[in-house]
Amino acid sequence: MNISDIIKPENLVYEKSKLQLNTIMHYCPGCSNGVVHKLISEVLEELGLQERTIGVSPVGCGVFAYNYIDIDWQEAAHGRAPAVATGIVRTNPDKIVFTYQGDGDLASIGAAEILHACNRGENIVVVFINNGIYGMTGGQMAPTTLEGQVTSTTPFGRNIDLNGYPMKITELIAQLPGTSYVTRQSVQTAAAVRKCKNALRKAFQNVDQKKGTSFVEVVSTCNSGWKMSPVQANKWMEENMFPFYPLGDMKDSEKNAPVSKN
Amino acid sequence: MGELRLMKGNEVLAEAAVRCGCDGYFGYPITPQSEVMETLMELQPWTTTGMVVLQAESEVASINMLYGAAATGKKVMTSSSSPGISLMAEGISYIAGAELPCLIVNVQRGGPGLGTIQPSQADYFQAVKGGGHGDYKLIVLAPASVQEMNDFVELAFELAFKYRNPAMILTDGAIGQMMEKVELSDHKPRWTSEEVRQKWGSWATVGKVPGRPHNVITSLELDSGKMEVNNLRFQEKYRKMEAEEVRFEEIMCEDAEYILIAFGTSSRICQKSIELARAKGIKVGLLRPITLYPFPRQAVANLARRAKGFLVVEMSAGQMIEDVKLAAFDAGLSLPVEYFGRMGGILPSPGEVVEALEEKLIKK
Amino acid sequence: MAKVRGAVVVDKEGCKGCGLCVEACPQDVLSLNKEVNSRGYNYSYMENPEACIGCSNCGMVCPDTCITIYRVRI
Repeated sequence: MNISDIIKPENLVYEKSKLQLNTIMHYCPGCSNGVVHKLISEVLEELGLQERTIGVSPVGCGVFAYNYIDIDWQEAAHGRAPAVATGIVRTNPDKIVFTYQGDGDLASIGAAEILHACNRGENIVVVFINNGIYGMTGGQMAPTTLEGQVTSTTPFGRNIDLNGYPMKITELIAQLPGTSYVTRQSVQTAAAVRKCKNALRKAFQNVDQKKGTSFVEVVSTCNSGWKMSPVQANKWMEENMFPFYPLGDMKDSEKNAPVSKN
Repeated sequence: MGELRLMKGNEVLAEAAVRCGCDGYFGYPITPQSEVMETLMELQPWTTTGMVVLQAESEVASINMLYGAAATGKKVMTSSSSPGISLMAEGISYIAGAELPCLIVNVQRGGPGLGTIQPSQADYFQAVKGGGHGDYKLIVLAPASVQEMNDFVELAFELAFKYRNPAMILTDGAIGQMMEKVELSDHKPRWTSEEVRQKWGSWATVGKVPGRPHNVITSLELDSGKMEVNNLRFQEKYRKMEAEEVRFEEIMCEDAEYILIAFGTSSRICQKSIELARAKGIKVGLLRPITLYPFPRQAVANLARRAKGFLVVEMSAGQMIEDVKLAAFDAGLSLPVEYFGRMGGILPSPGEVVEALEEKLIKK
Repeated sequence: MAKVRGAVVVDKEGCKGCGLCVEACPQDVLSLNKEVNSRGYNYSYMENPEACIGCSNCGMVCPDTCITIYRVRI
């Protein structure tokens, strides 16, 4: 059988989502952000939410997310995406609103905004990319940088005495009664990608059902910042990030008592 | 005739917001303006007009909630007092950069720092010269009465949407706390989703629909050439405001030899000073800028042509006086321009103003 | 047992040569080309096309969404 006999429309099993714009992303080769963008596009397309969704992009590597997914977008100030999303969803309760934030944006400068938005149970999806480093500004320490991890501002490794502890902010957020679904995922293998997509689908469905905040952390790589190849970075993440940031659901209102929200 | 009431300035801001069809208020408590949110919470407009009222976790969050809601074409506002406005400076710059219409009220108190809770006008520079980073301007309205606290809410929204620009009501604790008779505006309905889509759908993030590219609200543009073009567009907008939106009031200026220039609370004090001075035979008038930006430069120049001198009266160390001097200088006019003011939450007395006038302008 | 054949089409210009698809392929079908695309990346291609079963793993992990996948039962 020739390749040309296989490459026919009737045999198509996997293609780019129609919601992904034909712009080459600015991300470094092998960056996890691209996979997560793809999954959000696929989920919004499959759930038919394009016309109702408003995305809020952060400051950090995800700042240009608005160039890649064909929905209406707002670009927020550093860390303020949850407040921006609050303003949108409170005045437009019929809209599906999500923020897309990195670890510096969400866990450092925007720690107050994310905790209070989740505590109020704002009916939004939060997608949290945790790669333990500031990618956009050139690889500085993030709140989630592991102990001993080398970054440009911890050149001898993160020192707990000097820099404090790596922050498990998702565990903090899971404590808040306003959240209905809190999960930690990854996208380094096809199986992980499928699970992450299911988590994102559940998060967007929850918001469509007005269940309060759904929070999806994606433990990610920053191979440029970590100074590794993309394949090495995935391995390093599995060996070093996963033991400290274990994957899985922390809270799911379908299993526990449902969170009521207006 | 609208409904007449005896009300505090801060309470009127809340009433006026609901009545003009405001979609949302986001704020954080701070003296001397907490009555704005307290009144709204008592009015519960979400049960009548559908207006949203939310106590945010900080001023930083409030202003970013405004950004989010304004970017969907909604009519939204916040209020705060001086230290809170400083916290909002980042968000205000982003709102100006993203060209979003909204209303910010500053019920000023004395600074710097935590300062005092008494009235002040020391945030003039912050309001009219930027306050946050970058080249931007706010439309700044300065009410001098509780009635104007009512009237300027609707006017501020009208101008904000006309220019896709944030507007500010710059008042102070005296007018915020003062009770006066006010004629409230009639109730107007909020815009429906369909009206918002029709009016602002070309730029607002109302949901991507087939047939138009997706709308993106951002202040970011890494291409310097394009960023300069954006800045030039902003400047063109500001020039248009300067040409079309200047508002001011002249009181007894026709025969005046000396002109007091003051806004807001100071201008009320100056009206009494005029009476005192005229009783002494001094011919004094008052120029009251209503829009602090755009500043009534032409009105200042016109008066500078025939007056013997200006006394600028402010509850600050002298901020607006710079714009007065510039307006006269740019018109090629030279006359004595003096300052009198009190700081730290103290109001000048009418008599003090007359003394300063005699001391600084007449005896010389 | 039904045999399955697959094929992948890599958008050569969209590929950044990160190699994650090569790693994800259970059949060792993909490899990075010695040639580079116009942006200087060693793009991914089917070095061993007969082995492809169209499992889509490569497409799933591709951060740049530049892989389209076809599958047919024989």
